[in-house]
Amino acid sequence: MSTLKISDLHVSVETDQGTKQILRGVDLTINEGEIHAVMGPNGSGKSTLAYAIAGHPKYTVDSGSITLDGEEVLEMSVDERAKAGLFLAMQYPVEIPGVTNSNFLRTAKTAIAGEAPAIRTWVKDVRGAMEKLRMDSSFAERNVNEGFSGGEKKRNEILQLELLKPRFAVLDETDSGLDVDALKIVSEGVNRAKAETGLGILLITHYTRILRYIKPDFVHVFVAGRVAEEGGPELADQLENEGYDRFLTSASA
Amino acid sequence: MSDETIPLTGPTVDLTAPDGGTAVEVTGTGSRAALISDATSSHNGGAPVQTRNARFTSTEVSAFPEVTGREASWKLTPVDALRDLIDGALDGGRYDFTLDAGAGDGAGIDVSWVPRTDQRVGLAGIPEERASANAWSTFSEALAITVSGEERAEVRVQRDAFGPAVRGAHTIIEAKPFSDSVVVLDNSRDASLVENVEIIVGDQARLTVVTVQDFDDDARYLATHFGRVGRDATFKHVVVSLGGKVVRVNPAVTLAERGADGELLGVYFSDAGQHLEQQVFMFHQAPDTKGRVNYKGALQGAGARTVWIGDVLIGPDASGTDSYEQNRNLVLTDGTRADSIPNLEIETGDIQGAGHASATGRFDDEQLFYLQSRGIPEEVARRLVVRGFLADIVQKIGFAPLEERLHAAIEAELAGDAETPSIEVTA
Repeated sequence: MSTLKISDLHVSVETDQGTKQILRGVDLTINEGEIHAVMGPNGSGKSTLAYAIAGHPKYTVDSGSITLDGEEVLEMSVDERAKAGLFLAMQYPVEIPGVTNSNFLRTAKTAIAGEAPAIRTWVKDVRGAMEKLRMDSSFAERNVNEGFSGGEKKRNEILQLELLKPRFAVLDETDSGLDVDALKIVSEGVNRAKAETGLGILLITHYTRILRYIKPDFVHVFVAGRVAEEGGPELADQLENEGYDRFLTSASA
Repeated sequence: MSDETIPLTGPTVDLTAPDGGTAVEVTGTGSRAALISDATSSHNGGAPVQTRNARFTSTEVSAFPEVTGREASWKLTPVDALRDLIDGALDGGRYDFTLDAGAGDGAGIDVSWVPRTDQRVGLAGIPEERASANAWSTFSEALAITVSGEERAEVRVQRDAFGPAVRGAHTIIEAKPFSDSVVVLDNSRDASLVENVEIIVGDQARLTVVTVQDFDDDARYLATHFGRVGRDATFKHVVVSLGGKVVRVNPAVTLAERGADGELLGVYFSDAGQHLEQQVFMFHQAPDTKGRVNYKGALQGAGARTVWIGDVLIGPDASGTDSYEQNRNLVLTDGTRADSIPNLEIETGDIQGAGHASATGRFDDEQLFYLQSRGIPEEVARRLVVRGFLADIVQKIGFAPLEERLHAAIEAELAGDAETPSIEVTA
């Protein structure tokens, strides 16, 4: 069984005001097939955790480790992490002018699998995955995320999740900016990917709304760069009713 | 000097590159007049030229004063590397070429040498600078490419035998009324050449002219393309500059009759030590004309240099004009320089629209991160981003065999990066 283990992770970022510490000792273990929700108020470091796992160059890991089945992820380049089985669904997917979605998907699949996918099955897979996400077939020939609406960009992220079949996926506020219909479609996609490949999921969200459609096994509350409280799905219900106030008070106390 | 001149100078420099990168170097002139006043004073009695079409012209090389390198048309060009082309004796004789017919199998296209006395010589334009006039004074015969008939016709003129001789040449491309054609001037190997290309687009003709500069590393090439577009005619002009030491192609296109449509495209890739330049001039002379100028370039390696000057002039009679010009440059390494200068002059208030934009930026780190986070290695990600950036123009050429070749040529340019240290990706 695969395990993604984050231990005592400290991460900082360079700003105009100097170095700013964001993560202050995060411990988190995700096993294959588990869904972990990371919740917390704005600025608590949720997205930083996502980027640190994926290896964004803007974030500096000061100490701690992230291992995937014992292998140190922090020593891997960004693309090596993806090849090792990690995937980040971004909050703000990037537009790539002049590169078609189909070319991008094929290039990514080839890179991750180590060989080009067989054309016929690949085309069928892409078309099938797009249909399930209610994406018009024209999105294959459009440039990556260029001119996509917010909801279309998020579907495109889940399309990649379904096609690239990672072992662990980090979903960074995938629910933000989605109306309820798009939220359901995107959630179905995530659940489908999990049912098919048994991947482990780190679901980062500010709101409990998406947890109605993607059921977490564990909930972690992030405050001021570390996990302040952990529990089962019932913790999400508690947050739904009480909000983050309790944690903010204790953090500032 | 016209009181109606509205020099919309001070280019709208969009400091954010299309890819989100920051502008590295954008040289915009404060005013057109400032740029050209020093150039014109010497042979224009000191009066600053106000409009772009009011520059001094002559076919006689002796009518132009010696080039100092301060003139409007030379101030960003390495003139010392071009003295023999500007001032020296040129070989104006024939050169060898081969023809490669596409659609139409050569029917409707005639390619032949014609004497200087050919009635078409001088129809599309007259030199504005000394090198151009030097070639004009020198050529013994012009290579004339004449397209007639109404069926689609395509021809590629492969010119790879200019050799080391310092040459002057003259080329005429005439698209007869109602014709529909693609003419490719495919220039490669060695050259030290100054050339004038006159392009006459007849009423309702559709003509695409593509000039490819894929010369050897030491080649030097100075070209002026004069285009005259007739009534309801559609003219597409594409400059593709990849290889050569100094390559300068200056297209000057006049939308001369009502309803003329001009699309001027360019794509260039400058490597270490290369100077690639284009001074583009679109003149809306007649009413209801449409003009689009879109040039994109990439720079890579120490001393890679590009210059783009885009002048658009909307004349006093050009009511209903629809015009837009833009230039974008992608800087791939340190040690490069891209000059990008858009100028727009409008002499009538009654237009549909006119705009210009220029941006020069670095790689967008977020684009690279996004691609890499999907498992795509950094080098492949870079190529995808550059190819995508330039593909925009290549896809607009509308001539599939050439498009494929250009994609391959751009790949080769990118692959040539193996020796060059890659730039930092950190923010």
